[in-house]
Amino acid sequence: MQLVINQAVHQVMNHPWGRATLGGILIGLSSALFLWTHGRILGISGIVGRIPELKKNDTLWRFMFFVGLIAGGYLAADFWPENFANIRTNSNYWRFAASGFIVGVGTKMGSGCTSGHGICGIGRGNPRGLAATFMFILMGIFTVLLIGR
Amino acid sequence: MILNLAGLLIGVLFSLGLGLSGMTDPEKILEFLDVKGNWDPSLIFVMASAIPVYALFYRIIMRSRRPLLENKWYVPARADIDVKLITGAGIFGIGWGMSGICPGPGIAAIGALSKGAAVFVACYVIGFSAEAAYDKTIGAWFGASKLK
Repeated sequence: MQLVINQAVHQVMNHPWGRATLGGILIGLSSALFLWTHGRILGISGIVGRIPELKKNDTLWRFMFFVGLIAGGYLAADFWPENFANIRTNSNYWRFAASGFIVGVGTKMGSGCTSGHGICGIGRGNPRGLAATFMFILMGIFTVLLIGR
Repeated sequence: MILNLAGLLIGVLFSLGLGLSGMTDPEKILEFLDVKGNWDPSLIFVMASAIPVYALFYRIIMRSRRPLLENKWYVPARADIDVKLITGAGIFGIGWGMSGICPGPGIAAIGALSKGAAVFVACYVIGFSAEAAYDKTIGAWFGASKLK
């Protein structure tokens, strides 16, 4: 029995779709945990984008979350280095810069990104989350079609 | 203090989820968006597992009168779809399609010592703050805040 379970886990963990599913479950669980503890939607763009506002009692937890994301990335890159290989080796910094700036403007204007709208928004059945997710995936598809990769 | 520590811990968990799921690989995102190319459905698997898990716990958690570490809920009540939301999401989609990176994976990849990710996140914070400043000044001045 133990062997069967081990093999099943091995199979799932060695397939990209299996990892995507397990990773998604972990993302969903941590977003729910955040709702339970902090009473907020786990939207990366809003949490991190508001760090520069530097408000008393409202900045430290945001910064700690930001640090946690980086620390988690450090661990994850140790466990699954192949999932970080491309972003590590890509040195097209102008593209990173332009993309980052546009993502910043868009997520502020649109009140969210993939996490806040795509997971939490749709998860709680919010029409805004669904509409925004549809829109950013659509424009993402157009952009890739237009400028290529 | 517990609020900050919980924030740190949840950040770590969330980031591990991103790393395990493969969302930190921009190529997976671009292959998902590139409908004409070698299509990669990873993002669908991530959303199809994360959304139901969140949906289930959301219903349970929101039955409580207040969250564990705060005095009230900060969950936005708005449900209207307006021009600003759609425009902003569209702009975000353009930036996302340029690199295959969104804020979460970008920040996680800083931990993986990716210089590009650090550039992305720095410019993301600048763009976010610039739009916030625009909203407060010029936007409010021209009455664009009515679009809210």
